[in-house]
Amino acid sequence: MSELLNSTEIDLINTNGYTGVLAAEQKQKASKILETIQFPTTRTEAWKYTRLGKISNKKFSIQKGSVSDISEYVISKDAYTIVLINGIIDTSLSSTDLPEGVICSSIKDTISTEKLNSLVGKNLKLENEIFHSLNTQNALDGSILLIKEKTILEKSIQLIHILTGEHTISNVRNLIVSEKNSQAHIIQGFFSENATESFTNSVTEIFVEENAHLTLDKIQFEDDSCYQVSTEQVEQAKNSTFTINTITLNGALVRNNLNIKVIGQNCCTNLNGAYLLKGNQHVDNHTMVDHIAAHCESHELYKGVVNDKSTAVFNGKVFVRKDAQKINAFQSNANVLLSDDATINSKPELEIYADDVKCSHGSTTGQLDEEAVFYLRARGLSEKSARKLMISAFIDDVINKIENKEVKTFVFGLLQKRFDWEI
Amino acid sequence: MITIKNLHASIDGKEILKGLNLEVKAGEVHAIMGPNGAGKSTLASVLAGRDGYEVTAGTVVFEGKDLLDLKTEDRAREGLFLAFQYPIEIPGVSNVNFLRAALNEIKEYHGEDPINAKDFLKLVREKSAIVELDAKLASRSVNEGFSGGEKKRNEIFQMAMLNPKLAILDETDSGLDIDALRIVANGVNILKSPENATIVITHYQRLLDYIVPDFVHVLFDGKIVKTGSKELALELEERGYDWIKEELAL
Repeated sequence: MSELLNSTEIDLINTNGYTGVLAAEQKQKASKILETIQFPTTRTEAWKYTRLGKISNKKFSIQKGSVSDISEYVISKDAYTIVLINGIIDTSLSSTDLPEGVICSSIKDTISTEKLNSLVGKNLKLENEIFHSLNTQNALDGSILLIKEKTILEKSIQLIHILTGEHTISNVRNLIVSEKNSQAHIIQGFFSENATESFTNSVTEIFVEENAHLTLDKIQFEDDSCYQVSTEQVEQAKNSTFTINTITLNGALVRNNLNIKVIGQNCCTNLNGAYLLKGNQHVDNHTMVDHIAAHCESHELYKGVVNDKSTAVFNGKVFVRKDAQKINAFQSNANVLLSDDATINSKPELEIYADDVKCSHGSTTGQLDEEAVFYLRARGLSEKSARKLMISAFIDDVINKIENKEVKTFVFGLLQKRFDWEI
Repeated sequence: MITIKNLHASIDGKEILKGLNLEVKAGEVHAIMGPNGAGKSTLASVLAGRDGYEVTAGTVVFEGKDLLDLKTEDRAREGLFLAFQYPIEIPGVSNVNFLRAALNEIKEYHGEDPINAKDFLKLVREKSAIVELDAKLASRSVNEGFSGGEKKRNEIFQMAMLNPKLAILDETDSGLDIDALRIVANGVNILKSPENATIVITHYQRLLDYIVPDFVHVLFDGKIVKTGSKELALELEERGYDWIKEELAL
């Protein structure tokens, strides 16, 4: 396992002298796991459709990078911005005027409170989880955002992650806490600049406390030679609402682990995802909603358009525990294959132990309706326009779930840039 | 307008059109009638350029151009319009948005400037009124959740928006009640001009009470076997198709 990192670089990480939020014991525990753990193979159920050879065969190093102009990556012009380059906060590029009611700091800072210390790593499984362990052991930096009790944030907060350099690894670690009765919109954008075969291994731990509302828009647009494994580990307390929109538009290999534990009653959870792939991309979305408490609802909609030789994986699991009665859980995954060589592996799963619930799931994979393409062409639209229009119509369902206009406009811009699709 | 000569076409190796001849001039309305399986819809599909049909012989000249050489969209841009027998539902694609895109691509093809939003909306209001199509319906997803009658009215609305030279109405009367039939036919009549032409494909004479043809053709076994005036349609309605078979010793 230690092969993954260049040994000289490991020295950069001073585990012993580390004073940040991430406790030294956790780092040590992760190190211990990494001594013996192997990369999962396709024999491991959770990695059945995703081969990690591209990552496990390479050596990555931790590098400081610099980016001079971030204008291309600014998703919302009207948001508080935190820029992280190769997983390290760049204060010179970040906003200085953070709003009242928000604690924004770095996981490496010592200003941490007891509360934050107790939350970091709380729900993140390290055993048998090589990427979580790798992140925990090596995380140098990352954002802590704490939305204080009763704070209603008018403006969004955006975390702009930029990966740069060759064979770079970013083990970025973020912590987002929405305290009681707070409301916030947070954007995470993942980009790259002059990056080749670099790797983002991101972990974001999220706590949505009582009656808090948190929306997270996650935009993934790293170079098509780069890899990303990212985990959102979410915990929702009673009466809270959590919404996450994951839009994946580029990257050679992208794996999203979205683990949501709903521990309180009366929660609402929304998970939307769109992935549009071409070339040899591989995008794997693993989602898990664990309904531990009763009277909650979750809505999941993932849609994908898969072209060329690319592969998409969707594995969505909804878990309803024995005491979690009166759960409404809906899950849907729909895919369009645009080429004969594109692949979809879709696995919707429901595991229900309560007896008074309403749950449904569905998965469809098909091609564009050629009759409809002909119909549009018969009205004078070119074949390209007709197909674009139909693909847009298909994916718009998900994009329109993004409530923030600036994010939506940015996503449409990326679609135009990468696929020449005006939507 | 259009001259079809000795048209042979087959699907999956089976010959459907077996030497069809037809000439339509500007300002004319032609009705094509015939029993099931005669090749009526195949003719419409071949003219519009639907995949899967192979033209094995013959020529089609549309406004001086070799129609069969053109892509489907270019046929539309040259002024050919097919009102579908079964209009397709396209969820998520807005009727007016796609029409605007289509209209602009047609304009671009002819080297004209795109239509601006204001003029376009005016056009939508004006043309949707012709077929009494609710403006709300016009802006919904293409045909999604439309009744049979609304779908056919939407076809004529699109025809009105695109203002084609030659409109082919493929069994536009099928599935219409009398009121819808009257509205659709009225729309077609309003759009009629000395510069354009219409081919009405139908099973029944009923539609021809409203859209009065200059010529009625009987299509039988892939060929036009008889041509007459509108009275021929009445005769067909009354006597069926068998007498033609006997008369022509087919």
